[in-house]
Amino acid sequence: MIPLNSNFESKPVGLDVEKIRKDFPILDTQVSGRQLVYLDNAATTHKPVAVIERMKKYYESENSNIHRGVHFLSQLATKEYESAREKIRGFINAGSTREVIITRGATDSINLVAQSFGRKFIGAGDEIIISEMEHHANIVPWQMLCESTGAVLRYIPINDNGELILEKFDVLLNSRTKLVSVTRCSNALGTINPVEYIIEKSHQQGTPVLIDGSQSIQHGTIDVQKLDADFFVFSGHKLYGPTGTGVLYGKEKYLREMPPYQGGGDMILNVSMEKTTYNDLPYKFEAGTPNIAGVIGLGAAIDYINSIGMDLISAHEKELTRYALTGLSSIWQVILIGEPKNRAPVFSFILEGIHPHDIGTILDFEGIAIRAGHHCAQPVMERYCIPATARASFAVYNTFEEIDKLVLGIRRVLEVFS
Amino acid sequence: MNPEIRELYQQIILDHNKNPKNFGKIDPYNHHAEGFNPLCGDHLHLYLHTEGDRIVNISFEGGGCAISKSSASMMTAFVKGKTVQEAETLFNRFHEMVTGTGKSDEDYSDLDKLAVLQGVREFPVRVKCASLSWHTLVAALKQPETVISTE
Repeated sequence: MIPLNSNFESKPVGLDVEKIRKDFPILDTQVSGRQLVYLDNAATTHKPVAVIERMKKYYESENSNIHRGVHFLSQLATKEYESAREKIRGFINAGSTREVIITRGATDSINLVAQSFGRKFIGAGDEIIISEMEHHANIVPWQMLCESTGAVLRYIPINDNGELILEKFDVLLNSRTKLVSVTRCSNALGTINPVEYIIEKSHQQGTPVLIDGSQSIQHGTIDVQKLDADFFVFSGHKLYGPTGTGVLYGKEKYLREMPPYQGGGDMILNVSMEKTTYNDLPYKFEAGTPNIAGVIGLGAAIDYINSIGMDLISAHEKELTRYALTGLSSIWQVILIGEPKNRAPVFSFILEGIHPHDIGTILDFEGIAIRAGHHCAQPVMERYCIPATARASFAVYNTFEEIDKLVLGIRRVLEVFS
Repeated sequence: MNPEIRELYQQIILDHNKNPKNFGKIDPYNHHAEGFNPLCGDHLHLYLHTEGDRIVNISFEGGGCAISKSSASMMTAFVKGKTVQEAETLFNRFHEMVTGTGKSDEDYSDLDKLAVLQGVREFPVRVKCASLSWHTLVAALKQPETVISTE
């Protein structure tokens, strides 16, 4: 992997990207006769063969409903499903699988907390703090809760670099604050937030904190106990796993007090005509038949990541980030939206006078997949007074050469509009 | 340059994008509608002044991609002076052209310059960029104040 950009001095991190790329069959896709350059990883990552094969194996030889059968297959499916839960627990270092709730995705996880924790512990006049850089999944559930309870939503503002203004957070936090919910990493700006500070400060007055890990889980190790997050959510599909899978980690002391989110099978111990006794954690929050194959696939994704090593993945992505910054900065027309000091491999940019949608279409001709739009973070767009941005985001399988292609592609866009 | 890119981004489209016709807010106007495409952030206001059955003046304001902006620019230039019925017929013709629902060898030269947007039919996600201003036109003609969305 030799970068074309001569101003860049790469530090080999010992990750065999070419070998990794072979694990992702979709990367061989041809778009308009060109090799796909997939830079839309913040939207979803691709799935390695290990995940695809694992799900196939489940359907071919293990398929059955879980937690409810005495027969062989049901026991096997239950064992594999619960083994995936244990893998997830280990991956985030939760204290117990009782604290690992399986959901449909980060959005589902946040809605669960908003509806269950929110309806029990948040009332009229109480306050919830989020930030101006949240994606819609960490805004709308709280707006809905506020609408139904009379609670008030407060926003931590961001500065021009796209970083949280912590002094403003200090002022917003008060005795009425019942919950703080912020992202560890912005999907629209790439900013990595100092959530440790937010958690510490909130805990000083007993306010629990939800950390949205949707955009951070795939980029670095996470230890929810060390972080001391009260809730931590993420989606499986951004972690090389299947869509329709997600996780809510919650401290047992909160989960125990929270009422069930949805009613149905699996979340009950006993149902009579008069009354239902709810099941224990984590099943209390898992009504109905879950995405069994998907969850087992997520377990395989975690095995895959562990087999590479998250530290190596992070180191590789840090190099990609440095290289992309060098490349994008080499085009003076590129205006980066968000220039945080601490950044994940996510870049939002605009070109003066050229709409991001046109950038996206022309890059697509070159086989380059980026996201063009508001990234489900319209308040961020409002903050910067822009309708949309183009966004390139990287994953473990991306290369320096692909960033070179992006840079060339952007030059092509400028040519078309010159 | 990739010929497909040129096919979509023809010079006339780029020109209208850079220097749109009828851009701004006319005074007076008696019809107005707002068009919004939340997916990509295209957003426009359309102002019309009709006398009797005729569109005597028309303008638009707002921002969007080159396809939506040039489409709005060319549309306003084309329907100015036409009757409401003529504009509605043109909407149907234009819609048929960009969605590709007409005959494959259909001749759209009656749409004059607008025919350059024919290439859009090859890009399903961009069809609504090209048609946003037209949907907004139909909405504006129907009632004085409307917000419409192509989502």
